Amino acid sequence: MSKRKDGLTPKERMAIPRAKMPEQNPSARAANFEEVPLGLTPEQAMEEAKRCLDCRKQPCVHGCPVAVQIPEFIKLVGEGKFGEAAKLIKETNVLPAVTGRVCPQETQCEGDCTLFKKYGGVSIGALERFVADYERNNNLVEIPPKPKPTGKKVAIIGSGPSGLTVAGDLILQGHAVTVFEALHEAGGVLVYGIPEFRLPKEIVAAEVDYLVQQGVNFELNVVAGMTITMDEILEEFDAVYIGVGAGLPWFMRIEGEELNGVLSANEYLTRSNLMKGYLFPDYDSPLPQGKHVCVVGGGNVAMDAARTAKRLGAKVTIVYRRAREQLPARGEEVHHADEEGIVFQLLSNPVKILGKDGKVSGMECIRMELGEPDASGRRRPIPIGGSNFEFECDQVIISIGAGANPLLTKTMPDLDLNKWGYIVVDENNRTNISKVWAGGDIVTGSATVIEAMGAGRIAARSIHAELLGLPQPTSEKEEE
Amino acid sequence: MKGEIIINEEVVPNVHRLVLSAPVIAKRAKPGQFVIIIPDEVGERIPFTLSDWSPEDGTITIFYQEAGVSTMKLTRMKPGNVIHTLVGPLGRPSKIEKFGTVLLGGGCYGLGAIYPLAKAFKEAGNRVIGLFEARTTYIVYNEEKLREVVDELYIVTADGSRGLRGHVPEALPYILEKEGKIDYAHFIGCTYMMMVSSRGTKEHNIPTIVAMNTLMVDGTGMCGICRVEVDGNTKFACVDGPDFDGHKVNWDMVFARKHAYVAEENMAYQFYRTQMDGAVNKCAKNRKEGA
Ligand SMILES: Cc1cc2nc3c(=O)[nH]c(=O)nc-3n(C[C@H](O)[C@H](O)[C@H](O)COP(=O)(O)OP(=O)(O)OC[C@H]3O[C@@H](n4cnc5c(N)ncnc54)[C@H](O)[C@@H]3O)c2cc1C
Ligand SMILES: Cc1cc2nc3c(=O)[nH]c(=O)nc-3n(C[C@H](O)[C@H](O)[C@H](O)COP(=O)(O)OP(=O)(O)OC[C@H]3O[C@@H](n4cnc5c(N)ncnc54)[C@H](O)[C@@H]3O)c2cc1C
Ligand code: SF4
Ligand code: SF4
Ligand code: FES
Repeated sequence: MSKRKDGLTPKERMAIPRAKMPEQNPSARAANFEEVPLGLTPEQAMEEAKRCLDCRKQPCVHGCPVAVQIPEFIKLVGEGKFGEAAKLIKETNVLPAVTGRVCPQETQCEGDCTLFKKYGGVSIGALERFVADYERNNNLVEIPPKPKPTGKKVAIIGSGPSGLTVAGDLILQGHAVTVFEALHEAGGVLVYGIPEFRLPKEIVAAEVDYLVQQGVNFELNVVAGMTITMDEILEEFDAVYIGVGAGLPWFMRIEGEELNGVLSANEYLTRSNLMKGYLFPDYDSPLPQGKHVCVVGGGNVAMDAARTAKRLGAKVTIVYRRAREQLPARGEEVHHADEEGIVFQLLSNPVKILGKDGKVSGMECIRMELGEPDASGRRRPIPIGGSNFEFECDQVIISIGAGANPLLTKTMPDLDLNKWGYIVVDENNRTNISKVWAGGDIVTGSATVIEAMGAGRIAARSIHAELLGLPQPTSEKEEE
Repeated sequence: MKGEIIINEEVVPNVHRLVLSAPVIAKRAKPGQFVIIIPDEVGERIPFTLSDWSPEDGTITIFYQEAGVSTMKLTRMKPGNVIHTLVGPLGRPSKIEKFGTVLLGGGCYGLGAIYPLAKAFKEAGNRVIGLFEARTTYIVYNEEKLREVVDELYIVTADGSRGLRGHVPEALPYILEKEGKIDYAHFIGCTYMMMVSSRGTKEHNIPTIVAMNTLMVDGTGMCGICRVEVDGNTKFACVDGPDFDGHKVNWDMVFARKHAYVAEENMAYQFYRTQMDGAVNKCAKNRKEGA
């Protein structure tokens, strides 16, 4: 790698303070749906780039599920070559404007950065976002020249990050690509789940549009298995990728869950994001507005629901059965929720939702303590007998996780599923049915955007090889 | 998919017949299934039962009643207009078998919606008894069409202005007396009608299916708003249904859940009707105060 021009010593680099992302202030943003982090300035980005030590072993790259060429792109940022940096990232990650915003960097790239422990990792996510935004805002996004058509047709079911990645990779190889999406907008969780204040929808729309311009055919409002059968798809296409996500909401199965005012985070977020319920009544879909909203769960989804409710004017309490350190949400989301005044009722588990006249009136919880670590390595929460307590609330949003939606898979009796209903695949993301690949949340269970994209990339390589009669790629999965 | 409107007419007061061009859905539809429609770009997703379809013409038919904003928007659309979003067919098809004598009851939009079931049950070799329930004579529609495929058609009106007086449970003893044994019953209509009809058939031990019309959003099993308790288990009407055993549905819960968004729906309705600055400001203010 060529030497960096700034000539700083590692010591000098480490002395530079980590960039502070400009943000909307908490009191203002808690009442609007605009994006919270405003993005780095070019000066900030170039200064932050100087912090990178250009480590020989590149631990950051190992921390990234798709191995973005991190030190190399950061070097380009340092030189002010933002457009080039964006292009470089896109060689491994087609949605940097998205991942720069939503990746749990502290457990991925930044968590493995040499500087992480002592100085705070290099702000890889913020830089990734910066160059992607720079490229888009300055119209530097180029539509690649049309490749020679291969004459092969690929169907992709589901337009989440996983499906979009497969589409992007295969259209570049000259295959004809059709994406079937059940909803009326493309993007999967990126449009129906993650709120505007975290991921502006125009960014997702721009990414989808980029694929459209390259010739990807999106068939919205088509529910595979219902509107079109798998047999029909297999007949018409040479390969199929299933990326339908894990969208089946779990409920707690406790008393009172049927009351009005109890809803899944999926319903709440879909109403708000996809149906624009937060703009009701300008948009027709109502978004219920509690005065005191209780969100059950501690993941990203719970944070998103809580912060949405906050923006609609509610007092919001998050009920989570473990301690703060165990919250599965991204650190940044928890921090933002805290700042916005959301209350965390930790080490508490709901046992009953209280109701009056068919409507939620409160919740009864039991206090928990942490016992031995469970299979996931996290200490198991154990109820403390007799510690029940109640509080008032008028809306409960259940956000305890999601499972595999069987809508499509149940129409494919021969498809191998595991005991939770997720699709079983090999190291190239092939299913047991010929011509059919799968990846993303429908294989792994709820995971992350970048992992879903990584799975898409692996499948795309395998599909491409298969369609052209090339040998299958050898396993690319990282050795643990 | 989008759907061009071919016919949109009021057949009796507040029941509209909508014929849409939808070749893909028309090819695939099975009795008991539904579609989801978004009328315009700011609209919500609303479900309607497929009441007829023609794979040859590439059209589907639904009967709908104006209930709130979305259905009112539909009434104002004209042939040639295009529905913003149309998706389907959704839901599990109804179970069609040879049961013997099948009673098919419809109320409200069900007068239209039972037609494909009647046809299918007939083709499966059943004796098919149609039963229309309506408030009064002049809102009975679809009669001639249904008569083509049923062996017998009974009409029961709440005010007794035509046929039998009352509701399905009051009509049942009479029908049983005339027809002998009924082996299977299937009802489509408003929630109240399906509930009381199920109670009625339970007394006579007639296995009964109802087509649940819960609130829905996605219609693909993703949001859970359509959950109903059947035999103690939570089911999603959009993917596990819409047909369920009418004797096992927890009706109290269904009723309670139907009114989840009444305040908001009312607000939207008023808002759409007036569309004046005053209304806009008032809504915004109400919203702030959490009204
Ligand atoms: C609220 C929320 C917040 C999250 N926050 C983060 C975060 O901050 N960072 C992060 O990394 N991850 C986050 N995640 C997780 C991440 O979004 C998912 O892991 C990722 O989106 C999975 O991608 P996917 O492509 O597998 O599926 P999805 O994004 O779920 O997309 C699947 C698509 O398939 C469609 N579909 C389903 N069935 C059919 C069918 N039969 N026919 C046609 N189409 C069908 C669906 O409508 C959907 O559009 C979050 C998830 C949620 C719900
Ligand atoms: C599977 C299924 C099939 C259906 N088939 C038909 C049909 O063929 N013809 C027809 O006219 N209607 C049918 N419905 C009901 C129809 O979807 C609602 O009438 C419609 O959504 C009302 O929308 P709106 O915006 O006009 O009224 P809203 O403003 O949303 O509601 C007005 C009133 O109607 C009630 N309501 C809202 N949604 C529903 C609903 N899904 N079911 C019952 N009541 C509701 C509300 O509680 C409120 O009191 C069906 C519903 C389902 C779930
Ligand atoms: S894709 Fe995610 S994990 Fe990889 S470098 Fe970018 S922000 Fe980090
Ligand atoms: S680990 Fe951190 S400092 Fe080292 S190359 Fe990666 S980003 Fe730069
Ligand atoms: S309508 Fe959303 S799960 Fe049934």
